[in-house]
Amino acid sequence: MGKLQRILALTVLAISPMLQSAYAETPQEKGRAIAEETDRRDLGWGDSDVVMSMILRNAEGESSVRELRLRSLEVPEQGVGDKSITVFDKPRDIEGTAFLSHTKILDPDDQWLFLPALKRVKRISSKNKSGPFVGSEFAYEDLVSQEVARYDYTWLRDENCGEAAPSRECFVVERTPLYEHSGYTKQISWVDKQDYQPRKIEFYDRKDALLKTLLMLDYKQYQARYWRTHRMDMTNHQTGKSTTLSFEEYSFKVGLSEGDFEKNRLKRVR
Amino acid sequence: MIRSACFAAAGLCLAAGAQPALAEEPNIETSLELGMELRAFPNDPAFGLQRDQAVSPSFYLEPEISADWNGGDDRLTLVPYARVDRDDDSRTHVDLREANWLHIGDGYDLVIGADKVFWGVTESRHLVDIINQSDGVEDVDLEDKLGQPMVQLAVPSDLGTFSFFAMPYFRERTFPDADARLSGGVRVDGDAQYDSDAEEFHPDLAVRWSQVIGDFDVGLSHFHGTSREPRLLALDPANPSNLTPYYDQIDQTGLDLQYTKDAWLWKLEAIGRGGHGDYFPAAVAGFEYTLFGIRGSDMDLGFLAEYQYDGRDEDGSAPGTLANNDTFIGTRLTFNDVDDTSLLAGAVIDNEDRSTLLSLEAERRIGDAWKLAAVARFFLNADRENALKALERDDFVSLTLIRYF
Repeated sequence: MGKLQRILALTVLAISPMLQSAYAETPQEKGRAIAEETDRRDLGWGDSDVVMSMILRNAEGESSVRELRLRSLEVPEQGVGDKSITVFDKPRDIEGTAFLSHTKILDPDDQWLFLPALKRVKRISSKNKSGPFVGSEFAYEDLVSQEVARYDYTWLRDENCGEAAPSRECFVVERTPLYEHSGYTKQISWVDKQDYQPRKIEFYDRKDALLKTLLMLDYKQYQARYWRTHRMDMTNHQTGKSTTLSFEEYSFKVGLSEGDFEKNRLKRVR
Repeated sequence: MIRSACFAAAGLCLAAGAQPALAEEPNIETSLELGMELRAFPNDPAFGLQRDQAVSPSFYLEPEISADWNGGDDRLTLVPYARVDRDDDSRTHVDLREANWLHIGDGYDLVIGADKVFWGVTESRHLVDIINQSDGVEDVDLEDKLGQPMVQLAVPSDLGTFSFFAMPYFRERTFPDADARLSGGVRVDGDAQYDSDAEEFHPDLAVRWSQVIGDFDVGLSHFHGTSREPRLLALDPANPSNLTPYYDQIDQTGLDLQYTKDAWLWKLEAIGRGGHGDYFPAAVAGFEYTLFGIRGSDMDLGFLAEYQYDGRDEDGSAPGTLANNDTFIGTRLTFNDVDDTSLLAGAVIDNEDRSTLLSLEAERRIGDAWKLAAVARFFLNADRENALKALERDDFVSLTLIRYF
């Protein structure tokens, strides 16, 4: 091989991945690659603890407040979902109630509920993915960890991120749930091109009509790496109800381990 | 919240405040639950000595004080309880529901003091649950419990959680006053008798293993000690309606199992018990199936059915039971609304004589700090030979307004 030919061959070899991404990537591959990049950027967060409040508003403007704490554990193994415990502080009649979830990728999650008045831990059915979480506009499936393999993806277009981040450019990606019993036919998400964080998600119901819009606001970065939204506004277009979920400062790597997310520890949670 | 709790216990918080690193410890929280109850009895009482009050008011107080430190790994909890009832002198009572120290150590957790422990999975009868004595004056469902003094050690491992219980002091069951409703017209003596010479100081022991294996939640337990169920003996020849509770020494092995699949919960509780006449088995088995989001709404509708079997002797050597061959059917409606409205209706029907206990339970939050709870129980079709007969005229509807402070 002559010198020129060699250089040419090397050049082609070197630019071929770029060619692939520019020309050969399908919208499905691109959509999935965006989700994988979001996931990759969040690897290694370990465990976290955060105080949250929820304001539930109905169409008449009446509101009701929930206060809760969320402890989460990253499960590093591929194919296994993360674990979380939600403890309620308000309203007072459900104070101390705790909800444990072992997320699966496509199989039904394992879920337990601790009822403090009876000191009873109950295993509950996790089929109820589309049901409202504590009377809010968030469904259970909106709040569990967003594992990549739970959805099929299609990149639609790039455009401005809209009201949640007007100065940013976003990928617009459609995703369809692959897990059973979802309340949605599809979701359309606006993912920030700069930090790969979702800014807005539209949820389409089983009749493929626009049901809800979620805005994710007030992102902060922790440990120079992990982005977390501190305000989620969910609006239900069909009922006029809305829920705002606000987060206080996160604590990362607080020393939680698998043992803290076992069923038998749930009654000790505070 | 921490700040306002500190205000209530200023002394401790000032002490903690001197060391900035420990500014939040001990973390002290106080709360109070106040309930006002009206119980309406539509029928006249069956027994002459029972007071004929159509409506009985009562109220209860349940404060809770807790302090934790070491990042929550050490915790003191104090939960006193008091109820005042206008028409039932025995229902006017106090208890320490909890008074304990919890320590979460490296590979174990330890509780010393009075605590409440629940075992089991079924809804219509709690066969396996044996650590705590029932506070029988609160409600006929026996789901309210008296605080049990204990040392409890739990050791989680890959093979499941092993728990050990040593209970140095026994609590007698509470019964309604003879002249109150739901007493069955009998006076249960406050001076109990015991199988053991140590009486209420017999050291009771229990051990439990529990594990989650995929879709199965399983528990195995053994209890050795004073039966929480008394035999009621008519020892007073002059007055056969004066009964003396007699607490036998028993050994009870229990199994509780739940299989959770899709919208189905399949449940089994089974025990074998020695010490009450011949060794006998008893079991409750059934399911709960839920339709989530019925007709496109947020509401869930559940269907429950359980079969109750109990093989105990009926010659007086074991305490009586209603659940020897009975069927429970029920339905649960959960609104999933802002106020957490829920309804549970169920009937336990004796398969032999059709005596029926019909129960309705409903609750709903009002605003952020109030809740309204309603309970109705009807004793229907009571056969002459069935223990339900004694309660036949004591159908009641109870309304409780609860305020949380």
